[in-house]
Amino acid sequence: MYDFNYHRVGSTDEAAEKLKAAEDATLVAGGMTLIPTLKQRLASPSDVVDLSGVSDLVGITVDGSSVTIGAMTTHGAVTGSSDVRGAIPALADLAGEIGDAQVRHRGTIGGSVANNDPAADYPAACIGLGATIVTTAREIAADDFFTGLFDTALDEGEIITAIRFPKPKRAAYMKFPNPASRYALVGVFVAETNDGVRVAVTGAGDDGVFRVAEMESALAKNFAPDAIADITVPDGGLNSDIHASAEYRAHLITVMAKRAVAAAG
Amino acid sequence: MTATGIGAAVKRVEDFRFLTGRGNYTDDIDRPGQAYAWILRSPHAHAQIMKIDTAKAAAAPGVIAVFTGKDLQADGIGGLPCGWQVNNKDDSPMAEPAHPALATDKVRHVGDQVAVVIAESKDEARVAAELIAVDYTPLPAVLDMNAAIAGGALVHEDAPDNTCYDWHIGDAAAVDDAFKQAAHVAQIDIVNNRLVPNAIEPRAAIGDFDTATGEYTLYTTSQNPHVIRLLMGAFVLNIPEHKLRVIAPDVGGGFGSKIYHYAEEAIVTWAAGKLRRPVKWTAERSESFMTDCHGRDHATHAEMAMDKNGKFLALRVATKANMGAYLSTFAPCVPTYLYATLLAGVYTTPQIYCEVRAVFTNTVPVDAYRGAGRPEASYLLERLVDRAARETGLSQVEIRERNFIAADAFPYQTPVALEYDSGDYGATLDQALTAIAYDKFEARKKKSAKTGKRRGIGFSTYIEACGIAPSAVVGSLGARAGLFESAEVRVHPTGSVTVFTGSHSHGQGHETTFAQLISDTLGVPFEGIDIVHGDTGRIAYGMGTYGSRSLAVGGEAIMRATNRIVDKARKIAAHMLEASEEDIEFKDGTFTVSGTDKALSFGEVALSAYVPHNFPHETLEPGLNETAFYDPANFTYPGGCHICEVEIDPDTGEIEIADFVAVDDVGRVVNPMIVEGQVHGGVAQGIGQALLEGCVYDGTGQLLTGSYMDYTMPRADNLPAFKVSTNTTLCAHNSLGVKGCGEVGAIGSPPAVINAIVDALWDDGVRDISMPATPEKIWQAIQAGQRAAAAE
Amino acid sequence: MSYAVSMTVNGKSVSGDVEGRTLLVQFLREHLRMTGTHVGCDTSQCGACVVHVNGTSVKSCTMLAVQAEGADVTTIEGLANGDELHPMQAAFREHHGLQCGFCTPGMVMSAIDLVNENPDPTETEIREWLEGNLCRCTGYHNIVKSIEAGAKAMRGG
Repeated sequence: MYDFNYHRVGSTDEAAEKLKAAEDATLVAGGMTLIPTLKQRLASPSDVVDLSGVSDLVGITVDGSSVTIGAMTTHGAVTGSSDVRGAIPALADLAGEIGDAQVRHRGTIGGSVANNDPAADYPAACIGLGATIVTTAREIAADDFFTGLFDTALDEGEIITAIRFPKPKRAAYMKFPNPASRYALVGVFVAETNDGVRVAVTGAGDDGVFRVAEMESALAKNFAPDAIADITVPDGGLNSDIHASAEYRAHLITVMAKRAVAAAG
Repeated sequence: MTATGIGAAVKRVEDFRFLTGRGNYTDDIDRPGQAYAWILRSPHAHAQIMKIDTAKAAAAPGVIAVFTGKDLQADGIGGLPCGWQVNNKDDSPMAEPAHPALATDKVRHVGDQVAVVIAESKDEARVAAELIAVDYTPLPAVLDMNAAIAGGALVHEDAPDNTCYDWHIGDAAAVDDAFKQAAHVAQIDIVNNRLVPNAIEPRAAIGDFDTATGEYTLYTTSQNPHVIRLLMGAFVLNIPEHKLRVIAPDVGGGFGSKIYHYAEEAIVTWAAGKLRRPVKWTAERSESFMTDCHGRDHATHAEMAMDKNGKFLALRVATKANMGAYLSTFAPCVPTYLYATLLAGVYTTPQIYCEVRAVFTNTVPVDAYRGAGRPEASYLLERLVDRAARETGLSQVEIRERNFIAADAFPYQTPVALEYDSGDYGATLDQALTAIAYDKFEARKKKSAKTGKRRGIGFSTYIEACGIAPSAVVGSLGARAGLFESAEVRVHPTGSVTVFTGSHSHGQGHETTFAQLISDTLGVPFEGIDIVHGDTGRIAYGMGTYGSRSLAVGGEAIMRATNRIVDKARKIAAHMLEASEEDIEFKDGTFTVSGTDKALSFGEVALSAYVPHNFPHETLEPGLNETAFYDPANFTYPGGCHICEVEIDPDTGEIEIADFVAVDDVGRVVNPMIVEGQVHGGVAQGIGQALLEGCVYDGTGQLLTGSYMDYTMPRADNLPAFKVSTNTTLCAHNSLGVKGCGEVGAIGSPPAVINAIVDALWDDGVRDISMPATPEKIWQAIQAGQRAAAAE
Repeated sequence: MSYAVSMTVNGKSVSGDVEGRTLLVQFLREHLRMTGTHVGCDTSQCGACVVHVNGTSVKSCTMLAVQAEGADVTTIEGLANGDELHPMQAAFREHHGLQCGFCTPGMVMSAIDLVNENPDPTETEIREWLEGNLCRCTGYHNIVKSIEAGAKAMRGG
């Protein structure tokens, strides 16, 4: 990879300063995407600012209505957290399906959400649960956050500090992994929240994570797998690649959604 | 059987170093003053090189030198040679285009090597390589074999119609006649999918040059260092063999991909001499994908003629085989002599005709990968037999039993050149049926159906030819090398033993298995035996390890040398015990004079061999060191029965391998633990081929499956626990009775898996499924089958 | 740019000067010449490079050496006590859980971490845990058996 200047910072303020000062700096959280990208020479930042020393970005707090997860909390910590499992078991399950054990030990929720990989799992949970992305500057509703492939509403220098997930009445995530990469070929997060039913799909959309309104309204009337059995997402906006055609992805969305509804109980 | 002798599951000698991080793989080696090479590779599948400007790269920090194909040409460096010539139907030789170590005028596949940068560090070399300006004129790429032979762009100007050869075997007229008599004909069109071998250790090479002696040393990830020395020394670099040492230290898996002589080996060796510095190159995985030889890639149409009882009358096969962009070392023999000669399988088919057209395309060269030709043959035949059963209404068991070569029919001459020496296919099938509880299959199928799942069972009763190979036979078939093996057994004065073998171990456990042969024969303690391999500087000669040949050929060479040790030691013992040689018995490490209590241990005899104070030197030489070169009389013929049971979720097309049974006849088993491990690994690669793995190029020749992100490697959760056992008949022409076990798993398993899927989905109207049978393919096949049924 | 790093590797304090881009695995292999940890891919999937950092398994090819500043690193070289193998290493030998040996260091380090997290894993849990460790030789059959036996031995059974 190309060489870069490395900065380990102790606070988000310090991180923001380093980002501003450098010619072309990038943040590294767990590094599970950034480091492979650097190794493949697909990026050549002048400076890499490491958030792993910012201890107040790590941790999980649960109150009566929500679960708040610090941006630098690893997937392993989320899936292993009895607090998360007690409050939103679907979220703990989802975290346990990201990558492999070693990726879960390093990869963080903030890094995943900020990267907005169209096949990542966390965006489905954020949209599916109606989460709030908390940053150094503001709070952003998940529905407004994921703006496109690898693109988010984050401004230059703005850093995610936490994600706040409202507790749903019930929820489940079903993932059909890409056989090679094990990213989501199709992942469907279904939740009945206090504000209604949400169905979020990752892996399939050619513009990243998206909601399926038709399923949401059907499930609002009848939260049962059969209620959505005949609803198929049009394959026009879906990815088609060597691993799955758009047609197959469309079919899997319905199957995974039904299974998620059944699992949510 | 002793605790460390033949037949014992001895724990492996090599494991301690591997488990403690003390293995010594090529990339673990650093030579003093070493520089690093980075190869600039073609981003185009096919392009003319107009100009290469290396000036900026040469001036970059840390750069020692930049070389292109012109520099190699200027030094008289030859192209990479092909080791096997196949002739056309009219007996003219195949097209054999040049394969430059660095491209000169044209690049012919993505990854083709264009230039090399040598720098003080790998990072500096890599950064500098990006500064090389290559002016390419892209040419149309040919990727599909049908398109390649239909005209259009030529990969090589001297290979018209992109054809390497158009070869055949068998009696076409007799086959045509038999088809006229047929009551049933089963037909099939098969693609044997292109695979990437993916040994977990990427290839690496270090060239070194000793300015004092003028000797070159190449450290390389090779399955056959002597072959590399011969090919590279004699044909590429013009270095005499006594000035070239090739060391293949611990090698992290090969599966065929590390047999061949690769350009990087020649480049680092040449550069080391030129720069008077060691030069190291290590592949990144993405380079492995686009430079390690790929495997398989056949397209075949086949037809089986049968009489009214389902007895096979004749087989007709037409195959197109992809050679890729250049001929790799063994490539031409894979779809011919390692493929078509196996088309009799375990059956008495009296007439067989097969024609094979080998085709150049703008893809990575294709060569032998675990099984090499034989998986393609067994897949074709066992899919066709499955279809024949359905055509005739016979069960999968019945059609096989009606056509098996009987256990008392050996030696059995097939119509496609080979003479099988032993086997009992019926007994092997029976053992497999018991192991999978075949009688309860219907009950299991019903149980699956209750949960909406489809269950199917698939059979494969295969044979293969390994123990490669009788030199006279392969020579007559176009091999440009002999395929014998050498061994030297050196007994030291205190009775410990060092064995020098030309076989190479890269996971097979030779250091254990070969030591068992010595321990068993000489009765010396297992701990006192060392096996040395992988170094042309220490071992007389060797043809290396591939084609499941190590025990059947290399092991037999060791046995011969060891028997010579016993003969010599017997002479010494006779002298020491003042008895006649005929009266000396040797058992469990002790020489005795028969009928007396006079005895000498092997160690005492060994010591005496080196302290020959009273030897009659005219008739008895000192020393105890013997060499043997063994050239086998025939191939060996392992065979077996694999049965796979699958359960399919029709909602998603996901497949679970519910059970997998492998009963293999590998001849005598020296170490059952190691044999089972070899079968496990082969079966996993076979299941990988059937369900997961497949190399995909886009229309411009870019490799879409160029990393583990897109090429599906079998993982632990893709595979079941395997039920593996053996059913032994002994090889009739080697003293150990061994056949070979390294490839049987990969040869036998793919048709069992695919036949199981077709069986599971038969009632859904599915008649065929191609490899890899991914969930989407299965789901689409079910949809198509149901649509077809609805339309009827 | 050069950075001084120091960390503990297999109980010993080590230090060195690295570039920002130097990976932990490069530091181990090239700076410390501890070549037991291997590199088998460039997309963080094969797991040949797995080591323990502060007690959990990570892919040392996907971590910068500077990120391991002050960390406690354990590699395959740090498991055995002289000639006495760690129970997991011994189990791999006993059950033929390795062939060419190249994936083995990462496989063993990953397996030990599994057992640390889950002392009595089922066969399914073992197979799922090994998602990040590729082996091309064994078909995983004997690796799974080895880990079952290694877990039992680590439990003291």
